[in-house]
Amino acid sequence: MSLALIVLLPFVGSLCAAFLPSNARNAEAWLAGAVALVCTGLTISLYPDIAEGGVVRLQLPWLAQAGLEFYLRMDGFAWMFTLLVSLMGALVVLYARYYMSPEDPVPRFFSFLLAFMGSMLGIVLSGNLIQLVVFWELTSFSSFMLIAYWYHRVDARQGARMALTVTATGGFCLLAGVIMLGEIAGGYDLDHVLAAGSRVAAHPWYPAMLVLILLGALTKSAQFPFHFWLPHAMAAPTPVSAYLHSATMVKAGVFLLARLWPVLAGTDLWFALVCGAGLASLLLGAAAALFQHDMKGVLAYSTISHLGLVTLLLGMNSRLALVAAVFHMMNHATFKASLFMAAGIVDHETGTRDLKRLGGLALAMPITATVATVAAAAMAGVPLLNGFLSKEMFFAETIFAGGGPVLRYGLPAIATVAGMFSVAYSLRLIHQVFFGPPAQDLPRTPHEPTRGMLLPSMLLVLACLLVGILPMRTIGPLLDIAVTSILGIDTPEYSLAVWHGLTLPLLMSVIAMLGGLGIYLVRWFYGDRAVGRAPVRPPLDGRRAFDILIIVIHRSAERMVRFASSRRLQPQLLMIICVALAVGWIPIAATGWTRGQEALTPIDPVYALLWVVGCSCAIGAAVQAKFHRLAALIMMGGAGLVTCLTFAWFSAPDLALTQVAVEVVTLVLLLLGLRWLPRRLMFDDARRQTLRARARRGRDLLVAIVVGGGLAAISYAVLTRPRVDGLARFFVERALTEGGGRNIVNVILVDFRGFDTFGEITVVSIVALTVYALLRRFRPAPESLTVPRAQREEIAHGGYRSFDPLAPLPSGDMRISAVLVRLLLPMAGLVAIFLLLRGHNAPGGGFVGGLVMATAFITQYMVGGAMWVEWRMRVHPQYWVALGLVSAGGAGMLAWAFGRPFLKSLAYDLHLPLLGDVHLATVLLFDLGVYLVVVGSTMLILVSLAHQSFRSPREPVEPRPAEG
Amino acid sequence: MEILFALAIGVLSGSGVWLVLRPRTFQVIIGLALLSYAVNLFIFGMGRLTIGRAPILAGADATDVALYADPVPQALVLTAIVIGFATTALLLVVLLAARGLTGTDHVDGREP
Repeated sequence: MSLALIVLLPFVGSLCAAFLPSNARNAEAWLAGAVALVCTGLTISLYPDIAEGGVVRLQLPWLAQAGLEFYLRMDGFAWMFTLLVSLMGALVVLYARYYMSPEDPVPRFFSFLLAFMGSMLGIVLSGNLIQLVVFWELTSFSSFMLIAYWYHRVDARQGARMALTVTATGGFCLLAGVIMLGEIAGGYDLDHVLAAGSRVAAHPWYPAMLVLILLGALTKSAQFPFHFWLPHAMAAPTPVSAYLHSATMVKAGVFLLARLWPVLAGTDLWFALVCGAGLASLLLGAAAALFQHDMKGVLAYSTISHLGLVTLLLGMNSRLALVAAVFHMMNHATFKASLFMAAGIVDHETGTRDLKRLGGLALAMPITATVATVAAAAMAGVPLLNGFLSKEMFFAETIFAGGGPVLRYGLPAIATVAGMFSVAYSLRLIHQVFFGPPAQDLPRTPHEPTRGMLLPSMLLVLACLLVGILPMRTIGPLLDIAVTSILGIDTPEYSLAVWHGLTLPLLMSVIAMLGGLGIYLVRWFYGDRAVGRAPVRPPLDGRRAFDILIIVIHRSAERMVRFASSRRLQPQLLMIICVALAVGWIPIAATGWTRGQEALTPIDPVYALLWVVGCSCAIGAAVQAKFHRLAALIMMGGAGLVTCLTFAWFSAPDLALTQVAVEVVTLVLLLLGLRWLPRRLMFDDARRQTLRARARRGRDLLVAIVVGGGLAAISYAVLTRPRVDGLARFFVERALTEGGGRNIVNVILVDFRGFDTFGEITVVSIVALTVYALLRRFRPAPESLTVPRAQREEIAHGGYRSFDPLAPLPSGDMRISAVLVRLLLPMAGLVAIFLLLRGHNAPGGGFVGGLVMATAFITQYMVGGAMWVEWRMRVHPQYWVALGLVSAGGAGMLAWAFGRPFLKSLAYDLHLPLLGDVHLATVLLFDLGVYLVVVGSTMLILVSLAHQSFRSPREPVEPRPAEG
Repeated sequence: MEILFALAIGVLSGSGVWLVLRPRTFQVIIGLALLSYAVNLFIFGMGRLTIGRAPILAGADATDVALYADPVPQALVLTAIVIGFATTALLLVVLLAARGLTGTDHVDGREP
């Protein structure tokens, strides 16, 4: 429970924070701080459970078949990181309360900060690898939002974009790698993966999987060659830099490497890749930090360097090195966060972070100077501070790493050089900002900040001191639990003492101190002339490579689009059809086409004649659709009718009923549309005869013949093979016993697959409303606005009479049909209800019933005219649609009341005095919903199309009915 | 009968594809309608052709699957028919609106 709260609270807090007023700085800070403190408290309360090597778990199964579940798992290592994230969160919130200026919109800031905290805690506590990647990406997004917090600044936007591109791409690789790892281990939960042991490294996928996971981890931890995003991320507000980009988020990469260390490490490939990246980052970061003149720039490069140190330690394949790595992660978080806060204070109080302009601030702000100096000393590795301890362990590890002579002497030498740089840039940072001649031209007069801003930094420095002086009393037990939870019984003996005697690592420390001092002095005397550019530029500049890559991707994408795409519909359709043809062709080409062995049904001459008509209609429609639309439409209807008869012939009465009803409404629909299409006469079309056009038509004809022939061949091959019962057996056997209906097709629709049908009627409703909405803004072509020719001629001959909405019957030729149609309405309604009610046991159902009812309404419109009908009867199709959806959904939700899943059908057999036995089932309510939706949607579509004829015509005539 | 049924599907789909590749919107609509007949028949045909055995249970104990036509493709096609009407309507209205806005009934919104 506590586990779930730890992850959920920040997200809940984030939502609340987003809705507070934009000037509520105090409320925001209290909210965020309270969330962070509660998380800290909960974490501490879990200490007894993990102190003895225990693991706290919370598992909520979701898709067990796919290995997906929500799984929170806290062991010692996760506990330590949880504490770090939540405690650091509380300090950063306090700091941010005073750092953010009243003009900044704080809800956005605290909302994303809390969202980040939740995602980071999610990474740390994830017991499932896929879930871990989800939280991983969430941290990338919240980081993006926080870097771009001051989005009016170009550098903030660019930095945010770069950080997101790099880390999210890495996250994508990580997902691929994690899936491979899960497949190798046989499960995605951490327990499974960690238990897989040496099986992982022996698997043939190991190299690819490792590279993918490392891409994720190294991009997140800003390791060479992906380090370039971190300095650009410094455009974020300083609390964000302190929290995300030094203490927590960038630690996610090394956290993951340590987490998976037992299964991934131990191979030469691991050593080469991880050590290589770590070593390069360690040296490059340290060297580059020496040449920055933005305080935050120095700190960013030093973060890269320190994370490189951690990565290097993890890559060494030694258990003691792992201990040192975990220890240094904690130490780095404390001193670097406090340094960032100090940099923020300097920026806040002086208005600049430029090392060249700053100087002598120790006089104006002595407390800040002291705090920053101690933190920088910890970063440089001065004795009695925490940085010293982990650095000693690092030096010791480089000596004992072993390997060939190059490694044996090279690694300690490189480590010492990196130590020198670290001392030099720490010295430079402190000396140039706080000592030397006081700066004169600062934007603001420097003075000590408020206590609220100093306090977090001071607390962190206090932690540095305590850990540095009394390591065994403070961090000792925590580190022990963390390391034991990773390594288990293989945990090595290690010593956290401050004084180990006169050892080689101590000598290296001394050399690093002196060397660092020397480097700084040289840099100080000659340096200011070279300021602005590093003397050694790395041959591969990550940022330039990134920019070039982005441009190349853009250009090649544009080129691809130009090459492969067209704005014209016909080539696109041709391409789709050809691809479909190819896909259909491949299996046939591979296995060959054979006719099945089933005996053929003897040919019925009536049926053959039917299809002679049907095929002629289809071909006729194809030929006539351009110049004789009405003829084509009628022939299309003919083909549909034959299709409908085919359904009836081959034992599908429901299909036949539905098809014939749909045929009618489709025909009416297209007839209504004809009015708005332009005139096209055969002799207008001169281009028809060009060679190009002929060739194009020839090609299309060929494609059409191939598609038709192919489909016919496949159908024939299937039809002559024995029937496969498949799902049919299930439905046939259970339709009556479980669905309570004899009409199996209807039972499938309203019961077994009710959810699909529910989705389909929703789609139909949406389409109807879309049609309605589109037609409200419909603008016909100018020439279609005039009164149609046929009508004009009729008016000229005196045959056309306007419909008088008040007259009981229309005058003229339509009089008799009007009488008949009016008699038809109640009967059609009766038939529709009959079809709806019998649907469960005999052919019929909501779809057919609805279509019949809609047709009855439409005929009223066609014969009486829209004005006449609506004068007497408003159908309000929207209400039908809404009522239908409510009815179908209500039938589904009724099951909840009885503790059954959505749309589970319920049935009651009642005995009524007069009617006898009555079978009541919720499926009837559901089918009624289908019926109402179909009536409403059909009516809505057709009526709104018909209403278009009321648009103000050029000549003043009375409104006329829908055509058709 | 099977061969007739297959040929019918072939002719319907061939006519449909030909029309879908034409430049005028009305041709495309008619083409899609013909194509949907073909596809519906094709899916229906996957349950094989059976005469006089509609999938309506004769009694509580007559549950042998061989007694009835396959109900699954029928259920699939039934909803496809109704959805087909809805999409035809939507397409028609979009094409009419495009015709009003662009002044042409060419599928690309402008005469070639």
